[in-house]
Amino acid sequence: MTSGGIGRRLVSAWTAGVVLALSGGAAMANPEPDQLNMTKGAAEWSPYGMHMVALWVCVVIGIVVFGAMFVAMFRFRKSRGAVAEKWTHSTKLEIVWTVIPVIILIFLAKLATGGLTTFADTTNSEMTIKVTGYQWKWRYDYVEYKGKPVDRVGFMSKLEESSDRTRQLRSNLDPEKIQVDGYKTYLLDVDKPLVVPVGVKIRFIIVGGDVIHSWWVPALGWKMDAIPGIANAAWTKLKEPGVYRGQCAELCGQDHGFMPIVVKAVPKAEFEQWLATQQDEAKVQQAAQTAQANPATAPQG
Amino acid sequence: MANAATHDHHDHHDHHAPQGFFQRWVMSTNHKDIGTLYLVFALLMFFIGGAFAMVIRAELFKPGMQLVQPYFFNEMTTMHALVMIFGAIMPSFVGLANWMIPLMVGAPDMALPRMNNLSFWIMPFAFLLLLSTLFMPGGGPAGGWTMYPPLSLQGESIAYVVFAVHLMGISSIMGAINIIATILNMRAPGMDLLKMPVFVWSWLITAFLLIAVMPVLAGAVTMLLTDKYFHTNFFNAAGGGDPVLYQHIFWFFGHPEVYIMILPAFGIISEIIPTFARKPIFGYKAMVFAIASIAFLSFIVWAHHMFAVGLPMGAEIFFMYATMLIAVPTGVKVFNWVSTMWGGSMTFETPMLFSIAFVILFTIGGFSGLMLALAPADFQYHDTYFVVAHFHYVLVTGAAFSIMAAAYYWLPKWSGHMYSETWGKIHFWSSVISVNVLFFPQHFLGLAGMPRRIPDYNVAFANFNMISSIGGFWFGASQLIFLGVIVHCVWFSKKKAADRSWEGAKGLEWTVPSPAPHHTFDVPPVIHDDELAHGNTDH
Repeated sequence: MTSGGIGRRLVSAWTAGVVLALSGGAAMANPEPDQLNMTKGAAEWSPYGMHMVALWVCVVIGIVVFGAMFVAMFRFRKSRGAVAEKWTHSTKLEIVWTVIPVIILIFLAKLATGGLTTFADTTNSEMTIKVTGYQWKWRYDYVEYKGKPVDRVGFMSKLEESSDRTRQLRSNLDPEKIQVDGYKTYLLDVDKPLVVPVGVKIRFIIVGGDVIHSWWVPALGWKMDAIPGIANAAWTKLKEPGVYRGQCAELCGQDHGFMPIVVKAVPKAEFEQWLATQQDEAKVQQAAQTAQANPATAPQG
Repeated sequence: MANAATHDHHDHHDHHAPQGFFQRWVMSTNHKDIGTLYLVFALLMFFIGGAFAMVIRAELFKPGMQLVQPYFFNEMTTMHALVMIFGAIMPSFVGLANWMIPLMVGAPDMALPRMNNLSFWIMPFAFLLLLSTLFMPGGGPAGGWTMYPPLSLQGESIAYVVFAVHLMGISSIMGAINIIATILNMRAPGMDLLKMPVFVWSWLITAFLLIAVMPVLAGAVTMLLTDKYFHTNFFNAAGGGDPVLYQHIFWFFGHPEVYIMILPAFGIISEIIPTFARKPIFGYKAMVFAIASIAFLSFIVWAHHMFAVGLPMGAEIFFMYATMLIAVPTGVKVFNWVSTMWGGSMTFETPMLFSIAFVILFTIGGFSGLMLALAPADFQYHDTYFVVAHFHYVLVTGAAFSIMAAAYYWLPKWSGHMYSETWGKIHFWSSVISVNVLFFPQHFLGLAGMPRRIPDYNVAFANFNMISSIGGFWFGASQLIFLGVIVHCVWFSKKKAADRSWEGAKGLEWTVPSPAPHHTFDVPPVIHDDELAHGNTDH
């Protein structure tokens, strides 16, 4: 066996891997076993298309360049009696392989600039949610919905208990057993998910409470760092109801790996009902707290 | 070419290595001995850093926490990176520079030999300081090699890490000054700048990068130190500071740093491929110009590490375009290597095999780099295993493979013996297959949604992590073969190396005897254009 032959086989294995990557796994929104590629996502804005274009551009260039290399390794080997030629440069060739990549890059840059412009535009949103990252949980505050401020709806969201028990060192509990609706949710489920409406442009204000975190739900198509002292903005408009899972993506301390995010997208009417209940609960709670804080004032007053 | 024999009107100690282990290895001012010290130190660090990686891959072998606490896992990821970057890759390049640059430009030694001794001996102490933190009550650094505040400021060992980084920086800057002084002042008559081997060019440019950016890192970590202990608020939002400021300063160092770890590799590959293709490097001037352009561009792309921190759109667009531009000179280099092979008369000894693997696998790392450059797509890739796969393709199958190629290529010159070609090839095939088993599946993990630097993961990521871990253990074990080949070559090989160890080898280093005598080029060699590795560049 010659070295060139083995090398060639390796490359064809990679090509096979890439082809597989392109055919599978795009339909699901949450991580699936043996998933090879990015998900298309569930939101209106998604970098999936651009990712695929860039991937194919790389695959084609790779086939051309590596192909040329393997032809060279086969044809121009000493053992086949090849004699080294004398030429050491060619201005024409060098111009060609500078200009062609530049053209490809301009095409990719145009595509990416378009994607970026759309993503950066958080205007005309109908809803605002503030996301705060803490070591090691998320806080969600509903700020405004359809132009009206939301009254005191906010909660902490952290890793749910069965995952938390299982993930302890040498717990001997089986991560496979943790399931919600048949989906294995080990480390990807929380006690209280973020509930959002479908078909509404939601603006997220993302901040850090202690250290830097990063709020990432792959199905939404982006991540955004949660940094102390800085308010970052991003937006999404979800197309379909569903449960979309993600995790903190910035190293934030020892429990960084145990800081999941769950976004539950529901139809608008259902969401409005949910929001109303939450607001009522908040009012009741507030009343109870006021009463507790000033127990003596009422009878004396 | 004039054989640079030592001649005899000097004192006797000019001809021989100093007697005694301590005199020779601790007090050394000889570029070859210091080069060896650097290389041995780097190899040791490669195994220490590799051991940390084995802990990481063992914990990630299957879902659930089996071996280590999450905090210790973070210490391992942080230390693995710091040791591999500052302890393995950079010192081995400096070792190669020390050994080869004087030989390649026809100089008797480095320009500043005593500083050379100092710049090496600082390093073992820097790493003693860094590694000792693992045994301290508060534990080692666990905030990632980037040491982003405010997280890194929560660590107890930050002062040790900062002082270790300062020492490494001082060592690197002294090494870089030495290399620049040697290249600019010590070239043999007739060795014009544009006749220098590409390896020497790549190091000249790298040395300027080092001098430009190591002080920036020193500044950034010093600010961390004062934030932690002297109540300054550079990065503390509550005191009017800005955590993102640190990232800007860090990556202004950090991006050129990644080119510090690849430009010398470009030089090495540009020496080896012409040798085994028996054809001068294609487009010598274009190669030099490409290295220089990449170095320049490396200074204006730092924020592509920060696409997700919420930069203004204009900044994202600028850094995206500038980053994408790097693909052009990098592409030129790859095309030129392929053209060097085209029309050649190739043989496939171990250094050539590693070089060919370098070109292919580094290019794959370049492809994922191009994808990462697209800012909107980076919102998905950023801080995932896709990034881990990307930079390991660049740093392991890029930088580390080039160093292995260099070690096999120049071992006969260093030791005077030929290494075992059979075991060299076994090492190559074992490494090249396992490294792909190790890192290729990580692309899939990242795209599927697995963040980097997590000690445990959802069961959906289980299979590829297991494959990756198997590849990791296999790759780690393969490097023991490398160690075996080196030990065998230096102490046990019976096969003497010729002066010109490889049939197609050109350049001044092949005109001196193997092993290279302790002192070479006491009389400047005469340069013949057709003896240069890249051929006659005048036409």
